[in-house]
Amino acid sequence: MNPSLRPDLQLIADQVPHGARVLDLGCGDGALLAWLQQHKSVRGYGVEIDVDNVVRCVDAGVSAIQGDLETGLSDFADQSFDLVVLSQTIQAVQQTETILLEMLRVGREAMVTFPNFGYWRNRWQIFQGHMPVSETIPYQWYDTPNIHWCMLGDFEALCAKNQVNVVERIVLDHGRPVRILPNLLGSLAFYRVSHHQRTPPK
Amino acid sequence: MSNTEQSVGIVSAQSADFDIPLELGSGPVLPAYTLKYETYGELNQQRSNAVLICHALSGHHHVAGRYSADEKSPGWWDSMIGPGKPIDTRRFFVVGVNNLGGCHGSTGPSSINPATGQPWGSTFPLMTVPDWVRAQARLADRLGIERWAAVVGGSLGGMQALQWSIDFPDRILHALVIASAPKLSAQNIAFNDVARQAILSDPDFHGGDFYAHGVLPRRGLRLARMLGHITYLSDDGMGEKFGRMLRSGEFTFGYEVEFEIESYLRYQGDKFSDMFDANTYLLMTKALDYFDPARAYGDDLPSALRRAKAKFLVASFTSDWRFSPLRSRELVQGLIAADKSVAYGEITSSHGHDAFLMLDPPYVNLMRSYLQRVAVEVGA
Repeated sequence: MNPSLRPDLQLIADQVPHGARVLDLGCGDGALLAWLQQHKSVRGYGVEIDVDNVVRCVDAGVSAIQGDLETGLSDFADQSFDLVVLSQTIQAVQQTETILLEMLRVGREAMVTFPNFGYWRNRWQIFQGHMPVSETIPYQWYDTPNIHWCMLGDFEALCAKNQVNVVERIVLDHGRPVRILPNLLGSLAFYRVSHHQRTPPK
Repeated sequence: MSNTEQSVGIVSAQSADFDIPLELGSGPVLPAYTLKYETYGELNQQRSNAVLICHALSGHHHVAGRYSADEKSPGWWDSMIGPGKPIDTRRFFVVGVNNLGGCHGSTGPSSINPATGQPWGSTFPLMTVPDWVRAQARLADRLGIERWAAVVGGSLGGMQALQWSIDFPDRILHALVIASAPKLSAQNIAFNDVARQAILSDPDFHGGDFYAHGVLPRRGLRLARMLGHITYLSDDGMGEKFGRMLRSGEFTFGYEVEFEIESYLRYQGDKFSDMFDANTYLLMTKALDYFDPARAYGDDLPSALRRAKAKFLVASFTSDWRFSPLRSRELVQGLIAADKSVAYGEITSSHGHDAFLMLDPPYVNLMRSYLQRVAVEVGA
């Protein structure tokens, strides 16, 4: 096992409460859950579309369920997790809005990370006449899995539209927090979101 | 590694006789019985490395290796079990057992009932999966195995692994449930009943007491097996293997074998009807139909599974329509709702239900990785 996590995964890992029940969507090789199991006594499952990654999860001692996020989270009951994680995947899914809502049906809170398309280096490349290729966007436009690009404001607007409450936002550039002009200077966005408390009917 | 290193080599079957009565789910008590079994590898000093292989409808205790160098085919899961194979006999002590009601040496309808001196035939009681599991537990006692490192099975065998985890939560660390289901669907029961009707309506069946008449209900058993085979293969798989190929290359405009698929099914049916006991076939299909561990828990699968302490590997195959991936997902959903550790693989394969006996690489990798973790966990 690689003992050090990818910076965006470490950012998530640091925010996860001890002993939480966690669902990691698109869990890859299980690195985040393995780390959380070891360091925070977390119990949880990963969902992963690629069988080879399911095998890697088994190697890492992580419970991975092979499945496709696009078909929803019907394997999981309402509010059955403390936390649902979607790391650097939201820009690559078809049913972005549905998945966000499904995450908050299944979990009390959700953590989402994505590459910020508004990052100045991306803007600069567009200004030069090309789609951005960078550390957080390592694909050419013609072979990218990423189909739903957004900037900080776009994601927040989607949340607002669905009465989703942004509990916390952290923006990073090369692993370091960005506080000034985050939508310009940040390459990676982290959001912790929950549903607004529903007001009781009058 | 060469082939000889990969095989468990020459094996022999053993018998264990039990005279403690076994109360059966169907009501009657089996006063005494014999279980036929085989073992491969060595039980370690801590007795922690034992793996039980549960067989499916037509399986038995001869799981790996050969009885003699010239035996035509090895045990039915030889591809999975042996030195260096996913169920690695250099690390695990592997036990294969023929279930009660079987026809390969364990007490069954074709055995002699000591009370009458005649074959049990129609008087042999129906079996349930929990009955088998209790009988297997007694064999484990006999072999000095307090707790299985893993219980492994495909199809009806997977049901036994699942039942083990519920009925003996302290005696099983891992359950590997492959191409199986938490209960049969109406369609599945329907297939089983057509198979049964084929046997029951064969004039040579004689109500199950054909032994005394010196005949075998071959026609019925043959049809049952042919039907079964269709459901074990996928449409695509069958198409790839046989397509519309004609044996002679021309239509012959008759009811003899023309298409290769007919030839294949008839061959399989004939072979099976010569060696398998019709009463056992009936009994096995009924055990499948009755299997429903949630039934005793208010039809709530998570409630049944909450008893389990084992960890689970569930695997299904995309082209399996007899026990489709959806049925495995039902089990996975139940396990998640019961907060159990589970890994689930949905393997892309064109082999249909038979895929659990095949070697699609992702399936082999999944089994190998999972069992490697088990081996490390139990110090094997």
